[in-house]
Amino acid sequence: MKIGVFICHCGENIGRTVDCPRVAKACAWFPGVAVSIDYKYMCSDPGQNMIKDEIRKHKLDAIVVGSCSPHMHEKTFRKAAVSAGINPFLVEIANLREHCSWVHDDIDAATDKAIELTKMAVEKVKHNQPLTTIEVPVTKRTLVIGGGIAGIQAALDVANAGYEVVLVEKEPSIGGHMSQLSETFPTLDCSQCILTPRMVEVYQHPKIKLLSYSEVEKVEGFIGNFTVTIRKKARHIDETLCTGCGLCVTKCPVKKKAYNSFEENLAYRPAVYVPFPQAVPNIPVIDETVCTYYKTGKCQMCVKVCGREAIRFEQQDTMVTEDVGAIIVATGYKLYSIDRKPEDSMLKGYGEYGYGKYKDVIDGLQFERIASASGPTEGEMKRPSDGKVPKKVVFIQCVGSRDESKGFSYCSKICCMYTAKHAMLYKHKVHDGEAYVFYMDIRSGGKMYEEFVRRAIEEDGVKYVRGRVSKIYEENGKYIVKGEDTIAGMPVVIDADMVVLATAMIAQPEASDLAQTIGIPYDKYGFYNEAHPKLRPVESTTGGVFLAGACQSPKDIPESVAMASAAAAKALVLFGSDKLEREPVIAKVNEALCAGCFYCRKVCPYSAVEVRDIVTRDGVVLKQVAYVNEGLCQGCGTCTATCPSKSIELAGFNNEEIFAQIAAL
Amino acid sequence: MSENFEPKIVAFVCNWCTYTGADLAGTSRLKYPTNVKLIRVMCSGGIDPVFILKAFERGADGILVSGCHPNDCHYNAGNFHARRRWEFFDELLKFTGVEKERLQFSWVSASEGKKFVDVVTKVTNDIRALGPFKSYKLINEEFTAQFPETPVNENEVILSGENA
Repeated sequence: MKIGVFICHCGENIGRTVDCPRVAKACAWFPGVAVSIDYKYMCSDPGQNMIKDEIRKHKLDAIVVGSCSPHMHEKTFRKAAVSAGINPFLVEIANLREHCSWVHDDIDAATDKAIELTKMAVEKVKHNQPLTTIEVPVTKRTLVIGGGIAGIQAALDVANAGYEVVLVEKEPSIGGHMSQLSETFPTLDCSQCILTPRMVEVYQHPKIKLLSYSEVEKVEGFIGNFTVTIRKKARHIDETLCTGCGLCVTKCPVKKKAYNSFEENLAYRPAVYVPFPQAVPNIPVIDETVCTYYKTGKCQMCVKVCGREAIRFEQQDTMVTEDVGAIIVATGYKLYSIDRKPEDSMLKGYGEYGYGKYKDVIDGLQFERIASASGPTEGEMKRPSDGKVPKKVVFIQCVGSRDESKGFSYCSKICCMYTAKHAMLYKHKVHDGEAYVFYMDIRSGGKMYEEFVRRAIEEDGVKYVRGRVSKIYEENGKYIVKGEDTIAGMPVVIDADMVVLATAMIAQPEASDLAQTIGIPYDKYGFYNEAHPKLRPVESTTGGVFLAGACQSPKDIPESVAMASAAAAKALVLFGSDKLEREPVIAKVNEALCAGCFYCRKVCPYSAVEVRDIVTRDGVVLKQVAYVNEGLCQGCGTCTATCPSKSIELAGFNNEEIFAQIAAL
Repeated sequence: MSENFEPKIVAFVCNWCTYTGADLAGTSRLKYPTNVKLIRVMCSGGIDPVFILKAFERGADGILVSGCHPNDCHYNAGNFHARRRWEFFDELLKFTGVEKERLQFSWVSASEGKKFVDVVTKVTNDIRALGPFKSYKLINEEFTAQFPETPVNENEVILSGENA
């Protein structure tokens, strides 16, 4: 067997700590190696051409490239090998960059390790089998999870390209957090005015199937071929009959038993409710937990007033199954926030701010609702406790964010901007009021963003104080805010009427559960991981699953929209061809060895192992053996480790190949 | 135990979490000892205990097995199979007198570059403190004495490159 070894310097990236020429020289002595070359950039055109030339010139059977992680350039080198006539699976990558040069300082030790890593790859490639890629069909439908602005944008983009979309939203209405905002920075245009036309477009689009008040329960399959089970939660209303007249909502006698979560708990809602007037779909939901009927069996006021007889108390959750080829996850964020019950509050760490204790210490979304014309105060600047107009408002930034002790080291990115907006909105409504902002740094990167903050300070006279607040307490109906002005170097005390905390944007509490359902990675905060931080920012590492919006990290509206369109484009790329190529890393059974114990069937997570009869000419069953369904096998190899007779092997990672690597140590 | 003992450590890692986590450690330019060499498998569920024995046989002083966190497995449940297998196998190794630090198990996700570094450093330090895995090496030496083989490269090697 003739093997070619190609050691890449990756400019300085590998070459700085690994003596590449020494590696190439050492590799030349390994049995089977016919060519051993080092070069500045193997992935460059000249580098790839060199590989191709050497393969042809020396009639190489297999190649080993010592370069970056196989997750980076394995495909590149496989392609080069194919064009020179080698099977792509006779290419092995020795990870000399991520696993060697970048993580070690000592040149000698790193070079020795690089030689060993390359040797392991050389030994493995000797046992590699030529494999052919498997073709699978693509279901040209997309599932979008989350009906906020990111999900809406992604759904519209995919649908407008002519492909069907299933949009799943867990709340009764789509719209997400954007529908709660009063105005948006840096233009101060009305959030709902720009959002609601999009919501209606989604509802009326012939290619979009909207499943509101629904949650994804199960995801099976793989890129191009997912089967998704969705739980449609019982609304207790027949969606096909309801006209959205709202009579049941206005007549419902249960007025003050449940907080209105759309109003961020600043108001109550009836037992049968529509989250907000522009809700899409405009179909109410009956809240079982507070509705009198579910407690006493009586009332039924909604049944009496509904002319369409659409109330269905006995309605149960239903399961819907959808086949899709791509999944766009756009589940958004949650605000690190207070709860009406202090013991449930996430913000325990900010007891010194009286968050949850004082009614007038509120968070950013609550302020949005107070400022919103459709909010509980109908846009009048009134504080929650007594409805008085606050004359002095203190805004505190970085509550939770950039605070490692609270568990969130990251910057929430949007708070600097929305605090400037809040202070501005307040000043526009209360002309004689005073607005103070306590900040750590002002981060206003973005088009017209810095100008917007300057406008708040210079035109609207918002007073910015650089420093943290140590304590807030109530005294004579005022909230005494004690802080520090680090520029003036002196303590500051402000007797405020209302305090607004710019609390951190955090991942949805159920984000990790959903990640586990879909099978995508997430970071320690619960935000979903992108496949590559620079070059694949909208893809997850799981093929066919794309990310959009704040579920990946804190983002503002334009960024979420841009990411959603990018995710939609990625899904459309997938739909560009009728067949997908899949790596042939799947299990194969050696029928001669298989004893038919079927332990492999028990451990297979995809039920890909089937029973096959070995029959004689006369139809007599000689024995039963395991058989792997190529379409279902995902190639984890759990069966191979379980098999007592070692008769099932994972192509590309079989025992021979692993043993060869171990032997090379 | 010599002062300059550099242990040979093999890590069997899954493609999706720990291998990617190790990539992240590299991308983040974190540093760890050179002793550990990674062998990539698709899933920790595919790690056969025989791999571990083979690695000891070939002179490994310590072994690390690492996969995705529980419930995070790319293949739904492979890591649970790995964990169960490890529970039994670890007991067996302990019974035969192998120090428990020789074989270690951990969960490292794709976003835990730092944790990968910590785990690898800890394993290296543990094994360095333990010293070489002499007992297994003795068996191995007897074995190789019986079947001596010197690998020879029969190809005529062409060497070229930047500084060749």
